[in-house]
Amino acid sequence: MSGVRVLVGTRKGAFVLTSDGRRDAWNVSGPHFAGWEIYHLKGSSADPNRIYASQSSGWFGQVMQRSNDGGATWEPVGNKFTYDGVPGTHQWYDGTPHPWEFKRVWHLEPSLNDPDTVYAGVEDAALFRSTDGAQTWHELPGLRGHGSGSRWQPGAGGLCLHTIVLDPANPKRMFIAISAAGAFRTDDGGHTWRAINRGLRSAGIPDPDAEVGHCVHRIAMHPSRPSVLFMQKHWDVMRTDDAGESWREVSGNLPTDFGFAIDVHAHEPETIFVVPIKSDSEHFPPDGKLRVFRSRTGGDDWEALTSGLPQRDCYVNVLRNAMAVDRLDPCGVYFGTTGGQVYVSPNGGDQWQAIVRDLPPVLSVEVQSL
Amino acid sequence: MIRVVLPAHLRTLARVNDEVSLEVEGRATLASVLDALEARYPALRGTIRDHDTHKRRAFVRFFACEEDFSHETPDTPLPEAVLTGAEPLLVVGAMAGG
Repeated sequence: MSGVRVLVGTRKGAFVLTSDGRRDAWNVSGPHFAGWEIYHLKGSSADPNRIYASQSSGWFGQVMQRSNDGGATWEPVGNKFTYDGVPGTHQWYDGTPHPWEFKRVWHLEPSLNDPDTVYAGVEDAALFRSTDGAQTWHELPGLRGHGSGSRWQPGAGGLCLHTIVLDPANPKRMFIAISAAGAFRTDDGGHTWRAINRGLRSAGIPDPDAEVGHCVHRIAMHPSRPSVLFMQKHWDVMRTDDAGESWREVSGNLPTDFGFAIDVHAHEPETIFVVPIKSDSEHFPPDGKLRVFRSRTGGDDWEALTSGLPQRDCYVNVLRNAMAVDRLDPCGVYFGTTGGQVYVSPNGGDQWQAIVRDLPPVLSVEVQSL
Repeated sequence: MIRVVLPAHLRTLARVNDEVSLEVEGRATLASVLDALEARYPALRGTIRDHDTHKRRAFVRFFACEEDFSHETPDTPLPEAVLTGAEPLLVVGAMAGG
């Protein structure tokens, strides 16, 4: 691998940042789809030139884009997301039944071995799959058909399926997360699902350890250990060592355990990164200091990474899809902020530099190692 | 020929630089013009009206001859000046949001 391509989704378009393996000089391409919200774009690991993007706007709804040349050119593909059968209802904020309505695609997860197969996590929460390069989409209805579906309730950002994690060792297994329902796992390729929230405790719901109702913000996995998952919950950083059968808190000495983003070092499965955020009402770092926290012990024991990051008067947020790692050696770590900065650390978090400082608010960051 | 003026974002999506001209059989209605528009430019499907119900998206409006047709039924005939091509049908993104 000799370089990286960073795919950045923002409130007003997509940007593609490229560099060689030193990751100290960058070319910036964009905005692509200027003026549109780009919730997520992600490349296929089976064909890095194949990239999918979710483009949406309050005026014109959902558009899907596909690139076959690494983001140089794009073509619109299928944007019809129809829930399977009679959609039914979930709970609205006031507790009343509310019909399932498609709003947008939050997350795209290309198959690990087929560039034409891609999963889409959408709001209102459901999982769709395309096997023809995103031309047509079909719901995997077993997820919404989970017995708890009618009790799912949206978080402040909507009832969104925002995280899809594929198990590289078991093509029948995948994990998803929904705000504010929780985490779910399938072991049969998406036909049936079960809630995997045992061990989560959420003070903001009537039964703190209920089967569903937890506001999971993000889940991350190291591909060499697919049964070990790390979670940034609304409050609490959690881990499971048994594919979600049970979770335990690993927030340890973090200054706050609220946050959105979490990811795992490419070569060290016990090294994880989070960006603590002061609280769910403030949505900025504690003390105006933008700090990534790294644990080399799989949680509990955390160190602040500050070199190159603003340590005063910084009040940005880092959203759930806005952190990623590359697979180069040393591992590069990336995150984007609501202030429009995209930071890179080419050495596993020790030093940081801004690739760009003035983009629109960053919604997502993904990295391709080329 | 029916002339249709699209908002800038939809011109970009359809990859057209200017207004578009459409052949519509019979007396053109809002629905038949949008059918023809989406047939010519499939990327616009779902961006102006719902794929299945054809309900207009909330922040999209249809103007012609200084009149608002947004709340008319889809089979309402368009004005004579639109049918003759003297005036365009305007598809407008409402002034809203940021």
